[in-house]
Amino acid sequence: MSPLDIQVELVEDLLLRFLRKETGKFGFSRVLLGLSGGVDSALAAALAARAFGAQNVLGVMLPYRTSNPDSEGDARLVIEALGIESKRIDISAMADGYLDAANVSDPLRRGNVMARCRMIVLYDESVEFAGLVLGTSNKTEALLGYSTQFGDSASALNPLGDLYKHQVFQLAKHLGLPDAVLDKEPSADLFMGQTDEAELGFSYAEADALLFAMVDERRSVEELLAMGFEEAFVLDIAHRIAQNQYKRLPPIIPKLSNRTLNHDFRYLRSWGH
Amino acid sequence: MKTPAPFQVSLAQIEPTLGNLDANLALHQSEIKAARAAGSEMLLFPELSLTGYYLKDQTPEVALARDGAELEVLREASGGLTLGLGFVERAPDGRLYNAYAIFEDGELLHVHRKVHLVTYGMFEESRDLAAGDQFCVVESRHGHLGVLICEDMWHAAGAWLYFLAGVDMLLVPSAGPGRGVAASDPGLASVETWRALLANASTLYQTWSLYVNRTGVEDGVIFGGASRIANPQGREVAVLEGLDPGHLTCRIDCGENERARMQAPLRRDEKPWMVLAELQRIEANRR
Repeated sequence: MSPLDIQVELVEDLLLRFLRKETGKFGFSRVLLGLSGGVDSALAAALAARAFGAQNVLGVMLPYRTSNPDSEGDARLVIEALGIESKRIDISAMADGYLDAANVSDPLRRGNVMARCRMIVLYDESVEFAGLVLGTSNKTEALLGYSTQFGDSASALNPLGDLYKHQVFQLAKHLGLPDAVLDKEPSADLFMGQTDEAELGFSYAEADALLFAMVDERRSVEELLAMGFEEAFVLDIAHRIAQNQYKRLPPIIPKLSNRTLNHDFRYLRSWGH
Repeated sequence: MKTPAPFQVSLAQIEPTLGNLDANLALHQSEIKAARAAGSEMLLFPELSLTGYYLKDQTPEVALARDGAELEVLREASGGLTLGLGFVERAPDGRLYNAYAIFEDGELLHVHRKVHLVTYGMFEESRDLAAGDQFCVVESRHGHLGVLICEDMWHAAGAWLYFLAGVDMLLVPSAGPGRGVAASDPGLASVETWRALLANASTLYQTWSLYVNRTGVEDGVIFGGASRIANPQGREVAVLEGLDPGHLTCRIDCGENERARMQAPLRRDEKPWMVLAELQRIEANRR
């Protein structure tokens, strides 16, 4: 048994309660999310379908012209398996309108623009669907900063935010998601042939084991080395976590008054709910 | 004192609305009605049951003096009932406390102010609240009560002092999050810890332990429920499994305290004055 292993039925129960309560208290009973064909968005959709009923979940496929057609195929498998509502909106014209005008060729910039176009579509669709935008970022990618700020990381609530990738897979298997989604290599699909693990330079299994020991168990570098992690890997991951802290927090604002928002104006979102 | 007659208690595992005194007062009133209908003579609510937990800057906004309007309504509703509920107390000197009121037969018997405010990890009570500094026994018609608000139970001193004073029941209202989902645990880790804490306290101090926790979610913190009761032998006699709101009723016989203490006279053999002397010796050598 891995120390990362979770009690899947218990976690399912907790996440369904979380979803129902944190939408219901604000007057919502529907959610929508972008479906990439990957395991994270598939899991978020499956949880939402259980929490709200399939008819109250909208899965939006948001392909760009260079997206791998298999991604959309897998997203369709998820939609079919869950019976949720779906929509397909091609973001090519929208993204290219800017990318061509600004002559953007850097794949990282192009990928970020696509992610932010998808965010614009989801937030706009949320008005028509009268639902909240559901996040699909897991704890591994949030810690590593492997996401686009104000792009795929944007959401009203995120049921996967405290689950490592290993735990996402565990829960996705428990919920019976299609094999095609469970078995394929994770990919942001922002350019042809991209895989997360090739781009990151290490496997999710390696990253999860280290992140769990480093973050959840608060082990020191000395302890991590004694556990068998390589020093260069430990230092690289520690650096990534710190470098990407900005993505996990609201913007910095100067503390000028006697009461600065969020700093000493402290209220939950649940304020009065 | 004569051993009080056995009676029925109800624990109200409720889901308060954050910062909404009106909604929470109505919830308390409906629970009082339900407890009366169930034939209970004591009704206990969780920590900060009138206000919700993660108040932060709402703390002063929902604070009440002991004779505040909402508390007066509940005091008046306590005829024929022993009623315990949580609120933010605004003391005459302006300090705010995480407080727990005990009403009985239309009177305020006592207010316990949480001694061990929890300010670590996900908690920041000391930012908004002052700490209490006493563990006073409440003399109820159902026996001697000792209130330990949540973290008060995580420090041995409070329960031990109540034990020395001969309490019959430890009342442990809580707003405890349900956390810890590792496959190596049997259910929520936090629930298992509370089970062990209750059993341990009841065993060592030969008292009833009544743990009433809340449910619901505040900004992703999922409160763990699992209200439970351990008898003076340390055995769990009632538990409300799961994370839903609900009621737990149980018959409490304080004669069981006496039987446990006759079987093993732990209180008789306690050595508080030795502890005091040892503390003084340690204090003298500390610097």
